[in-house]
Amino acid sequence: MLIVRLLFKNAFRHKFRAFLTILSITIAILAFVMLRTVIGAWYAGVDASSASRLVSRNAVSIIFPLPLSYKDRIHQVDGVHLVSYGNWFGGIYIDEKNFFANFAVEPRSYLELYPEYVLSSKEREAFLKDRKAFAAGRKLAAKYGWKIGDIVTLRGTIYPGNWDFVLRAIYRGKTDSVDETQFFFHWDYLNETLKKTAPSRADEVGFYMIGVTNPDLSSAVTTAIDQTFKNSRAETVTETEKAFQQGFIAMSGAIITAIEVVSFVVIFIMLAVVANTMAMTSRERTGEYAILKTLGFGGWAIGGLIAGESVIISLCGCLAGITLAFPAAEIFKKALGMYFPIFTVEASSLVMAFASSLAVGILAAIVPIQRAIAIRIADGLRRIG
Amino acid sequence: MEEKPVIVDVEHVKKSYRRGQHIIPVLEDITLCIREGQFMALMGPSGSGKSTLLNLIAGIDRVDSGTIRVGGIDITPLSETELALWRATHVGFIFQFYNLIPVLTAFENIELPLHLTRLTAKERRLHVETALAVVNLSDRMDHYPAQLSGGEQQRVAIARALITDPAILVADEPTGDLDRRSAEDVLNLMARLNEESGKTIIMVTHDPRAAQRAQTLRHLEKGVLTDADCQAPF
Repeated sequence: MLIVRLLFKNAFRHKFRAFLTILSITIAILAFVMLRTVIGAWYAGVDASSASRLVSRNAVSIIFPLPLSYKDRIHQVDGVHLVSYGNWFGGIYIDEKNFFANFAVEPRSYLELYPEYVLSSKEREAFLKDRKAFAAGRKLAAKYGWKIGDIVTLRGTIYPGNWDFVLRAIYRGKTDSVDETQFFFHWDYLNETLKKTAPSRADEVGFYMIGVTNPDLSSAVTTAIDQTFKNSRAETVTETEKAFQQGFIAMSGAIITAIEVVSFVVIFIMLAVVANTMAMTSRERTGEYAILKTLGFGGWAIGGLIAGESVIISLCGCLAGITLAFPAAEIFKKALGMYFPIFTVEASSLVMAFASSLAVGILAAIVPIQRAIAIRIADGLRRIG
Repeated sequence: MEEKPVIVDVEHVKKSYRRGQHIIPVLEDITLCIREGQFMALMGPSGSGKSTLLNLIAGIDRVDSGTIRVGGIDITPLSETELALWRATHVGFIFQFYNLIPVLTAFENIELPLHLTRLTAKERRLHVETALAVVNLSDRMDHYPAQLSGGEQQRVAIARALITDPAILVADEPTGDLDRRSAEDVLNLMARLNEESGKTIIMVTHDPRAAQRAQTLRHLEKGVLTDADCQAPF
């Protein structure tokens, strides 16, 4: 117990230095966890995607549409039990800064295909009945203070004009990983309006969402659908919902890689800070280590004292950083919730932060331990007095 | 008078230090023996090699050649680990600057060497309390070194040196940093340990008054014992 007490007393002997070092580690760990959480948030859509859903889009690019007539032909492919479709609407609510995802979808099949969007039966009926109706996620409605029956106008960018919608349903996610910031409305409303204003753009959909009877059939169904439209005027690329989501993420792959690199650079900075502190500390205590050696304590005991002190400082900073990560994530979520609807500190990030701190504590002590063990007792004792 | 057995036997010891390109001889062919229960003072001018000789006898430095036997054990071929274990049980150290750990109390400083033994916490406490009583510091056990006077710190250091009941006590200028009265207290304590407990004490000092308290006085000059006589009766 005395040795443990000595460890703690040594760690906090220079209170100001220990405080500054721990503060640096706290900030580094906070930054590390937040960066890992941002990466996790990026992949949240992938994690939430279902293995029994496929997405079919134009083979040239997602921005090119597919004919509505494909719907029935896709339905006829073996293994397909449900087909829904939609368009990215890209409407703006009042101002560009109020960003949220908004889609035109075929509502009945969409809700059947996405049971994770939970609506009350009353609101579901009201949403399905009214062609100008829209459904919003709970967080989105709360953010803008929308209530059932409110009329919300979006300014179209892809589809010009002001589009009025009536809020008929507010959905909640079946699990925490479901995005509750989406806005979706009747595809028919979009299509019928286009028939009047831009007939050439009518009867076209941005993507098909396909439910398969068995996830094991996904590969065969994918091939069959793409084969069906081979050499047509709009060939398709069909993939699992997960692959589709990953495709979007791949577009920002460089950013994610940069964030990952920065998160590990932060750990190296932390290592440098702790190593510097331990180098100063052990140089100051050379005489004390010599005394302990004189009394009969061996290299392992001296090494244990230095490594223990280093690990204590690292882990104190780590625990403070992890503790602060939760309120910081909440603040981040409130500020940027529209861009990162699922922003949750993951256990894996905390484990990585803890393991990194432990490793930093041990690595930072290696050189001071080598020096303390190598120094001759007589030389060490000469530094006292 | 019955002759006591030799406890420290130094034979033809040489020691030099390397300073850059130069090799500086410090001890040259030292032969010396110290008998059990002897209180010996080593005197000599600065740089004469007395602290080096003390360090060699205490096993905290290594000879270039020659042998040193303490309590019948030849310590010259021992490895670092073996030497550390040997020091923990056979030698007690008293330094000029006390060399206490500043973040530990007097009690904890004295207890420190006992953590290398198999004693239980209760047994350690008992030992420390006894040692504190010997140095008359029972009422200061919870004080940190900075809260003690120089003399008190040196008495704590003596208690720490005694705690494992070592065969020999080595003291390097134990009164060098103390005022006259504190120095006197420390010397009285060392003399009492020698007379009452029969501890063998080897003390390096510059102070003739301190040297007078020893039973035997040896002089070192330029690495040579000027009055060495191993066979001299004690």
